[in-house]
Amino acid sequence: MSKFIKEFTKGLWKDLPPFRLVLGLCPTLAVTKTADNGLGMGLAVIFVLTLSNFMVSLVRTSIPAKVRIACFIVIAASLVVAVELLMQAYAYPLYTQLGIFVPLIVVNCIILGRAEAFASKNPIHLAVADGLGMGIGFTLSLTFLGALRELLGSGTLFGAQITAEWFKPFGFMVEAPGAFVGLGLVLGGMNYFTNWQRRKQGKAAIDGPTHDCKTCGMCQGLGGK
Amino acid sequence: MEYFLLIIAAIFVNNIVLAQYLGNCPFIGTSKETSVAIGMGGAVVFVATLATAITWAIQKFLLAPYDLGYLQTIVFILVIAALVQFVEMFLKKVIPPLFESLGIFLALITTNCAILGIAIIVQREEFGFVKSVVYAVASGIGFGLALLLLSGIREKLDTVRIPQSLRGTPIALIMAGLMSLAFFAFKGMI
Repeated sequence: MSKFIKEFTKGLWKDLPPFRLVLGLCPTLAVTKTADNGLGMGLAVIFVLTLSNFMVSLVRTSIPAKVRIACFIVIAASLVVAVELLMQAYAYPLYTQLGIFVPLIVVNCIILGRAEAFASKNPIHLAVADGLGMGIGFTLSLTFLGALRELLGSGTLFGAQITAEWFKPFGFMVEAPGAFVGLGLVLGGMNYFTNWQRRKQGKAAIDGPTHDCKTCGMCQGLGGK
Repeated sequence: MEYFLLIIAAIFVNNIVLAQYLGNCPFIGTSKETSVAIGMGGAVVFVATLATAITWAIQKFLLAPYDLGYLQTIVFILVIAALVQFVEMFLKKVIPPLFESLGIFLALITTNCAILGIAIIVQREEFGFVKSVVYAVASGIGFGLALLLLSGIREKLDTVRIPQSLRGTPIALIMAGLMSLAFFAFKGMI
């Protein structure tokens, strides 16, 4: 049980997907115009990630190593199709808002990265814990970034006007440039916080996590064989 | 003239990375050196064009007539994954020099969401075949251009003192934001 909790909680802070592992940047940048959209995207990812981790872990012993990536892609793609159909039926406005990024969940590095790096090597209950934790961490990150951009860019939060009248929203934040700069500053803030903690413990400051293709488990699986 | 506008729009105005947020992982991940950026850009143009042509034909002759539109995502990603494998094997046998320069990037391209993104965009916009292929080439070039520019900036940044918290990915994202702001100005053109 303690292992379950450990795998669950690591996704919430230590390995927070977009900010610590720097995975899944495209949806993080694209759908965080508003907090609403960030939350909706996050929920879709929780669904796909938890179920894909569950299924990958279920079949992990019966899949030959050579075709495992193809199998992971099929599992992820089937779940994404299910999400698309569910959203069309029950959350159509959100579906149109997220647009092309709903089908693109299938190439989100988090899904295949976690399948390759974790679910294919661990028993089912741990894989589900990992998927839930990572998914919730991803959702919180997206909602946070969405709230930040919505607040500064249009002066609202979850669609409700909350800023004072004298505040003039700067439209820059809800456009593409604001997404890049906003995410960059949030990552910088996370690094600053980490180093502040390390200094308090008397350790030397370190550089933040770098992002290259090695961070993506999928790339290792394909390129490293 | 129609195609000219389409090409300009795809490269500059609606740049696939800087305005449409697609392909950001390789954009940040492979922009540390100019030579790597050129290889990745070339591989994306090549695979995006082929993938768009093939998925367009599949949609038109297989999925649409049999009313299988809901299978689009799963079929497209499988086609792209298989295509990348085939291209890799083909280049290795037939054009080894090209394989040498593109090889390592081909493996990373399956999860590049720009490829699947372009294939889906041309379906949603309901482009014809020639228009789809032209759009794919232009978008690929737009991706390569953005990657090349960012890699040039990041090589210069290596010699500059940056606050420790911002080193690496954060400063790359902020630079991408400034580039995106510059590309934003092209919106007035069309």
